[in-house]
Amino acid sequence: MSTVTTATATATATVLAASPQTSVSEAVVFWIVAPVAIAAALAMVFSRHAVHAALLLVVDFFCLAVLYAAQDAPFLAAVQVIVYTGAIMILFLFVLMLVGVDSSDSLVETLRGQRVAAAALALGFVVLLIGAIGSATLQMPSQGLAAANAEGNVIGIARLLFTRYVFAFEATSALLITAALGAMVLAHKEQVVPRVSQREMSRRRFAGAHPTPYPSPGVFARHDAVDTPALLPDGTAAEPRPPVLEGSSNQAGRAGDPAGPGATGSGS
Amino acid sequence: MKPALAYAAADGTFAATWLLLAFPAVGAAILLLGGRRANRWGPVLACLAAGAAFVLGLVLFAAMLGRAGDDRAISQHLFSWIPVNGFQVDAGLLLDPLSMCFVLLVTGVGTLIHIYALGYMAHDPNRRRFFGYLNLFVVAMLLLVLGNNFLALYVGWEGVGLASYLLIGFWSARPSAATAAKKAFIVNRVGDVGLSIAIMLMFATLGTTSYAGVLGGIGALGANSGTVTAIALLLLLGACGKSAQFPLQSWLLDAMEGPTPVSALIHAATMVTAGVYLIARSAPIFNLTSDGRLLVTIVGAVTLAIGAIIGCAYDDIKKVLASSTMSQIGYMFLAVGLGPAAYAIGILHLLTHGFFKATMFLGAGSVMHGMNDTVDMRRYGGLRTVMPITFWTFAMGYLAIIGFPGWAGFFSKDKIIEAAFDKGGTSGWVLGTVALIGAGVTAFYMTRLMIMTFFGERRWDPDAHPHESPAVMTGPMIVLALGSVISGFALTFGGGLQQFLEPVVGRSAEEGIHTISPTVLTLITLLVVAGGAAAAYRQYGTQAVPRTAPQAVSPVTVAARRNLYGDAVNESLLMRPGQYLTRALVFVDGRGVDGVVNGLAAGIGGSSGRLRHAQTGFVRSYALSMFGGAALVLAVLLLGRLG
Amino acid sequence: MTPAYYLFLSAILFTIGVLGFLLRRNAIVVFMCVELMLNSVNLSLVTFARMNGTLDGQIMAFFVMVVAAAEVVVGLAIIVSIFRTRRSASVDDANLLKY
Repeated sequence: MSTVTTATATATATVLAASPQTSVSEAVVFWIVAPVAIAAALAMVFSRHAVHAALLLVVDFFCLAVLYAAQDAPFLAAVQVIVYTGAIMILFLFVLMLVGVDSSDSLVETLRGQRVAAAALALGFVVLLIGAIGSATLQMPSQGLAAANAEGNVIGIARLLFTRYVFAFEATSALLITAALGAMVLAHKEQVVPRVSQREMSRRRFAGAHPTPYPSPGVFARHDAVDTPALLPDGTAAEPRPPVLEGSSNQAGRAGDPAGPGATGSGS
Repeated sequence: MKPALAYAAADGTFAATWLLLAFPAVGAAILLLGGRRANRWGPVLACLAAGAAFVLGLVLFAAMLGRAGDDRAISQHLFSWIPVNGFQVDAGLLLDPLSMCFVLLVTGVGTLIHIYALGYMAHDPNRRRFFGYLNLFVVAMLLLVLGNNFLALYVGWEGVGLASYLLIGFWSARPSAATAAKKAFIVNRVGDVGLSIAIMLMFATLGTTSYAGVLGGIGALGANSGTVTAIALLLLLGACGKSAQFPLQSWLLDAMEGPTPVSALIHAATMVTAGVYLIARSAPIFNLTSDGRLLVTIVGAVTLAIGAIIGCAYDDIKKVLASSTMSQIGYMFLAVGLGPAAYAIGILHLLTHGFFKATMFLGAGSVMHGMNDTVDMRRYGGLRTVMPITFWTFAMGYLAIIGFPGWAGFFSKDKIIEAAFDKGGTSGWVLGTVALIGAGVTAFYMTRLMIMTFFGERRWDPDAHPHESPAVMTGPMIVLALGSVISGFALTFGGGLQQFLEPVVGRSAEEGIHTISPTVLTLITLLVVAGGAAAAYRQYGTQAVPRTAPQAVSPVTVAARRNLYGDAVNESLLMRPGQYLTRALVFVDGRGVDGVVNGLAAGIGGSSGRLRHAQTGFVRSYALSMFGGAALVLAVLLLGRLG
Repeated sequence: MTPAYYLFLSAILFTIGVLGFLLRRNAIVVFMCVELMLNSVNLSLVTFARMNGTLDGQIMAFFVMVVAAAEVVVGLAIIVSIFRTRRSASVDDANLLKY
């Protein structure tokens, strides 16, 4: 799709160079994609379920990728799809699963006046922003990227990136390494008690009330999230569960767990 | 007429002037710093120190008499004391006829009283400290009269105040003594403030504090100018404080809490006359201000009346003598207030009074010594036979104070009455009449004292065994009694003291201009005195004296017994308002000043305490604020762009 | 239609992101809203690049993506670590730093 758009843009660039107007095809694309993007964003904000929010965000990112492509930025469109929808959103979902996905947020606002104030401010903000942008750019002629993309968009970006922005580019490598190290440090858990050996674990298991392995999470349960405990055949929770998000809907049935996760074999 | 202000240098014999101060100063230092080692021989050393000063004083006196009249003021430069650029004060001594009188009085009477105290204080465990204080007093008093500038006088002035405080409160275990010492100190402070301001004023207007500069230069300010009058009145305030004159007289009666030798030396013979010395020394200042002189005479007359009236009412023998002292110093003030005419008479009365009042105080001490320290005269009576020496010496003092012809008071007090009448005008008549009546009242209360103490029936306490005092006490009494008899005649023989003092205070008014002829006035005075004595005899000699003071008495007596309500006036006019003022100030400070400060702090603390609740800890609240801020910035930018 | 319409869309998406940030309490959803805001800005940058006829805007958007990736990694690590200690991923629960 992006190559088609690029070709079209290159073809029409000379015609439209001095005009603020875009081509009809682009307008069609915009008027289809933009409502979708707004609807997806709103739905993301108001969805009770975090996983739904993540998926709606993916939709939004795809919409943006389309719009990038429509604006002669095929490289960015590709990167958007690969990095954001591919890598980052997977990371989000992974963390969501890690901390417990079986939780739809409560929509009861706890901070007094927060919702009304936020809505009023957002409305005022968007009106101001649109007013400012409109007054500044509505009549501005669009140069178009025909000249800049003469060798192709990727080559043009690469030329800039490895000449004028080469130091910034190198700095991002340091940034990424630092971020990776930081994530490792933050996620690292200090071993404060002696590691429980295999022998000790089996001793405990047989000394306890439940010698056989626990069912996997989600067995007999209605959810398959990691924070939803497996149920035993009699319907009781199989074992102590990992904690849950604040305000989750099925919190009531989980109160009063004596022990934390880990030691009794959920790690195995 | 003008006092000699060009002082001769201290050469020859006079080079030893500073030793006058050094002897008692060394004595005081050894006694006060020597510790218990000096307990045994310390008191004797103190007597020797005072005696040495007296002998030296006599030698200097003889040397002074060998000089011409105008050449008798000798100034000795000791060292540069305060050498600041515009403020040059040299420590120096001035020995002139006026200070010579005081030197001899202080060292002479002082030595006798030191010796007397050897007997009186023989059994006191703190004798060494007592004699140390006595020597300290002698040093300070000599510095007061010998200094050649007002600053040195001020140092001596404060020194005698300190010694007085220490000696009044010598038996500090008694609350009454401690309170009396404090009272004396505080009342004296009032006067001292006046004196210090007077000295500051002198320095401000004349640029110097030395006698030569001030007394010589004061004429340039002009007679009756405001500054001169102010200086004179401030000096008078200082003199009133030190000499227990109205309105600062209240401390002297309480000062009798001190040991009797102290009362005799400090509160009768020497220190309380320092005010008279100050006024006589400042004669050139007072000569320039008629208002100031008039006020001095008024103060003197009022005090002599107050003292005489109070003296009639007390039964405490020492308080009677103390009020008598107030009254007699009132006479002296009256005299020195009369101006050049009567300075010498005032000094004369000061000297004779020093003798006869010291005699009587020592006599009173002797009586107390024999009567278990009882001071109530209603517990005395008939002591004439058991204490003959005390009685006879006391009688000499008695005759001297009432002005019996030939005795000392006759030559001094009658002269003051005469000089008061000679002042002329209404004020002269009023002052003279007051002085005359005062003489009669003096005769009344002194006769009352004599009769109640030495005559009549014996009203002793059962455990009293009166006996004559030892020779170490009677000896000084005899010497002083001798002085009471002859000093008046000796000092006026051939105009002696008058001529001696003339270089300092000026010549008396010409003889012959009298309101009332001296002979007639003397007769009148004698009649008044005889009347007073007769009234006292009728009251106390012919009737039995009750052992307790009668309560059904006239309002005048009640008032007199209460010190003419002097303490009540002080209390209601000064003490209570002062207390209310301090309370009000404390209130204003606590609620007002502190209130504002604390209120401010509390207000800021409270409001910040409320404000900090904006920090809820909720990230979303903060984000909302930031978002609002961003919207605001955007709005402003947009307005700037559109406008 | 002019390119400015892209900017209007960007503004609307940004505001929706802000709204989500202000209203949601699940830290991960809040984080998603931040990502939405970053992307809306990227859209602006791409549009600016087009209007100005240079590629610098696209380069800028590229860098924003890189930074956003790094930020997501660290941010999610923080969320995990908070969750591990506090057993909660609600941003309202981490409110100890207050008056």
